[in-house]
Amino acid sequence: MLRFSGDSGDGMQLAGNIFTNVSAALGNEVSTFPDYPAEIRAPQGSLSGVSGFQVSVGTGVHTPGDACDVLVAMNPAALKQNVKFLKPDGIVIADSDSFRPADLKKALFQTDDPVAELGLKEERVVRVPVTSLTKAALADSGLDVKAVLKCRNIFALGLVCWLFDRPLERALDHLRSKFAKKPAVFEANSKVLRAGYDYGANTHATGAVYRIETDEPRPGVYTDITGNTATAWGLIAASEKSGRPLFLGSYPITPATDILHELAKRKDLGVKAVQMEDEIAGVCSAIGASFAGDLAVTSTSGPGLALKSEAIGLAVMAELPLVVIDVQRGGPSTGLPTKTEQTDLMQALYGRNGESPVAVVAPVSPTDCFTMAFEACRIAMEHMTPVILLTDAFIGNGSSAWRIPEADELPAINPPLLDAANCGEDWRPYRRDPRTMVRNWAVPGDEHGHTHRLGGLEKDFNNGSISTDAANHEHMVMVRREKIERIADSIPQLEVIGNGDADTLLVGWGGTYGHLRTAATELCREGVSIDSAQFRYIKPLPANTGEVLRRYKRVIVAELNTGQFADYLQAQFPEVKIERINKIQGQPFLVSELKERINEIINR
Amino acid sequence: MENKTFTAADFKSDQSVRWCPGCGDHAILNSLHKAMAALGIAPEKTAVISGIGCSSRLPYYMNTYGFHTIHGRAAAIATGYKIARPDMTVWQVSGDGDGLAIGGNHFIHALRRNIDINILLFNNKIYGLTKGQYSPTSDRGFVSKSSPYGTVEDPFIPAELVFGARGQFFARAIDVELEISREVMEAAARHRGASVVEVLQNCVIFNHGIHNFFTDKEYRAERTIHLRHGEKMLFGKDNERGIVADGFSLKAVTIGQDGWTIDDVLVHDAHTPSNFLHQQLAMMDGHDLPLALGVIRDVESPVYNEALDQQIAEVRAKKNFSSLRDMALAGDTWTVR
Repeated sequence: MLRFSGDSGDGMQLAGNIFTNVSAALGNEVSTFPDYPAEIRAPQGSLSGVSGFQVSVGTGVHTPGDACDVLVAMNPAALKQNVKFLKPDGIVIADSDSFRPADLKKALFQTDDPVAELGLKEERVVRVPVTSLTKAALADSGLDVKAVLKCRNIFALGLVCWLFDRPLERALDHLRSKFAKKPAVFEANSKVLRAGYDYGANTHATGAVYRIETDEPRPGVYTDITGNTATAWGLIAASEKSGRPLFLGSYPITPATDILHELAKRKDLGVKAVQMEDEIAGVCSAIGASFAGDLAVTSTSGPGLALKSEAIGLAVMAELPLVVIDVQRGGPSTGLPTKTEQTDLMQALYGRNGESPVAVVAPVSPTDCFTMAFEACRIAMEHMTPVILLTDAFIGNGSSAWRIPEADELPAINPPLLDAANCGEDWRPYRRDPRTMVRNWAVPGDEHGHTHRLGGLEKDFNNGSISTDAANHEHMVMVRREKIERIADSIPQLEVIGNGDADTLLVGWGGTYGHLRTAATELCREGVSIDSAQFRYIKPLPANTGEVLRRYKRVIVAELNTGQFADYLQAQFPEVKIERINKIQGQPFLVSELKERINEIINR
Repeated sequence: MENKTFTAADFKSDQSVRWCPGCGDHAILNSLHKAMAALGIAPEKTAVISGIGCSSRLPYYMNTYGFHTIHGRAAAIATGYKIARPDMTVWQVSGDGDGLAIGGNHFIHALRRNIDINILLFNNKIYGLTKGQYSPTSDRGFVSKSSPYGTVEDPFIPAELVFGARGQFFARAIDVELEISREVMEAAARHRGASVVEVLQNCVIFNHGIHNFFTDKEYRAERTIHLRHGEKMLFGKDNERGIVADGFSLKAVTIGQDGWTIDDVLVHDAHTPSNFLHQQLAMMDGHDLPLALGVIRDVESPVYNEALDQQIAEVRAKKNFSSLRDMALAGDTWTVR
């Protein structure tokens, strides 16, 4: 495992991305974790401006890893902030040109020996004069100093490619497409990439070269994809499968904006992605598009979900399909905009006025964002309801290799469109399928002229007119609830990973899957009787949830909040003994800390 | 469908109208039914989207697609609707509270964006459905339940806000002038892009007589002027008065007095891109100068939904992907055999 770190302007994310893509192309499983500051350009060399990119490659990779084998530190601040992620026997590659007394001072070191001050062993630190070697490689390039210094990240990348035995051709391909319009910059970067690689090969800088195992993945065509891009693509796939055009109404917000970026690009597939004037307009424009017959989506993060809540209630009342994507970040308020958390669960489930049930689903990994975004659309349209998709900064920004599905691999989506065949004499806007409780989607503008009026006021169960009748209101509340509960008939059962007969079940939901699964697998190997299960369907829960939970002596719910999912499960299954592991630090779990805390609970 | 003609009755729903007896909304609803019939666009090609407030009940009384949504958000919902289905004619119905207070942001951005929707702004200078609080169009000093000692803030003048937001169509009507209402609603629908029709509307319960200064039959001809593109700006019982330029402002004169002749009277040009004169006309308040009714501004400008569709067509002409898979395969991929 490898971690690049440097100033937020040092290009660490680019170096990390290229390394990831090169590894994925070699057939490795990859998992990444970009960890960047909220400030776009914090003061150079300062602790708050450190940007990191962690990548794990190999086989059976489910997480970006707890601790890294190699840490690239472009300056003292990066070293100081990231040394905690280094394995005890890991090595540091440091740009020795950036460790001058002034640099040390900016990173608040007390002495002139940062290595000793951080308690690192001298032999584990490889000092490479990255800056001067980059300058030397580009001495006759004609580029100015600023442009030359921008290539330091690629020197580090070249060195790391040597260290992990990655061929340079693919990295060069990436640089070529990245700088397609700037041939001089490409030339400089390719020179520097080779210089970094050759420096490693010539000096055997680190003493050891890492050889990475390669899997044999399922045949097919693969691409490297982030969770946010996968989410966007899942929506497009659902649009293709359902035949409903895709509409996104959105407003920029970290860490969800990449979904808007991707769909704005996808005009080439006919997607209408609209940047509205605020979060409320984002969801409202989507509701308008839904009434007009589009697959309508809005994307946001926690604060935006709060702003959209009244409008989501309108979609509940009007029984219109709507997909709301919340890429969760640290809260409350502005909180930790670039960091990950699972603290919006209760908001998604209950954060609206009145009895206002919606479906909630949560993907477990970057590539699962595709599957669950598709599922969210399927449920929204087939069940005529808002669906909240809860991803998070960790899986949204993280990436993995993804096999591009064949067109016929995805399930069909059949929206309950009103047409001449199913209309009949008795059609009313709120006439329901007695099996699913779902009403028809009467898409406006058809030649049959099924004009009708919807609205936020309570409607009569029978004829769909405005009604303030007491008994009718209670009946409609129950009908809307029942409609959501019946979604359970069309979703998969909860799957247990393990033998199914252990004492303890480790439960998680959404983006913590990789860490939880790895922890359970390792504990199993160490003789602990533990299975694991990761929830992707939150509301309604899979039909077998109670049966699975009751099978275990002990259920441990681990989540990145103070226990929201544990409370939710406990309320529905009071007979199950639920233990909790919680972390609210804006960072994903570490496998090691999970194992430690699970052992504590088991041995209590 | 092409040649089918419609009557006002084709646009009426079977719901009984529940506004207070004597409310100005009844007249506006009638004018809208008539305007829609005159436009000849079928009910099933028409959508009426409202927010919350008395006026926002209107969609229930239309035999079109209708959506009674949430407070302030009708413009945003109508925007999404029009983008999704540009073939539909979309109307938004809002009051002064719904459209200019809680929905002010969506109002200005719908105009700036120039989405092709027709906004009917019912202005009664009061919150009626919540039983009588001052609104963003209430005059300074206005006494209401929420301003028992009079307001200490200035109102919006809707036209000024429309021009500030770069609106390209603005018309004004009065509920009791059914013919002018119908005329400007039709013109608003024919205008490509966002159009705003302000209808001065009487709330018979909480703000009765607020527009009496203009609606009073005895003075209406003196205190209002019906502007028509290409025609002289004449008003008064016998069209004996006119609007003339007075430096950079306007002045009302009597033809034949003080040397003013009919040739001095300005001709209304609703289509001139500069909104300088439109703004001056719209700000006339019935005192020194008559309140302007009719279409004050009607200027062609690029329309959001049309530009979006055109951009999509241009992009697709260059990169003709047939599917998501097709697009993904054209990116950075590798094959595992």
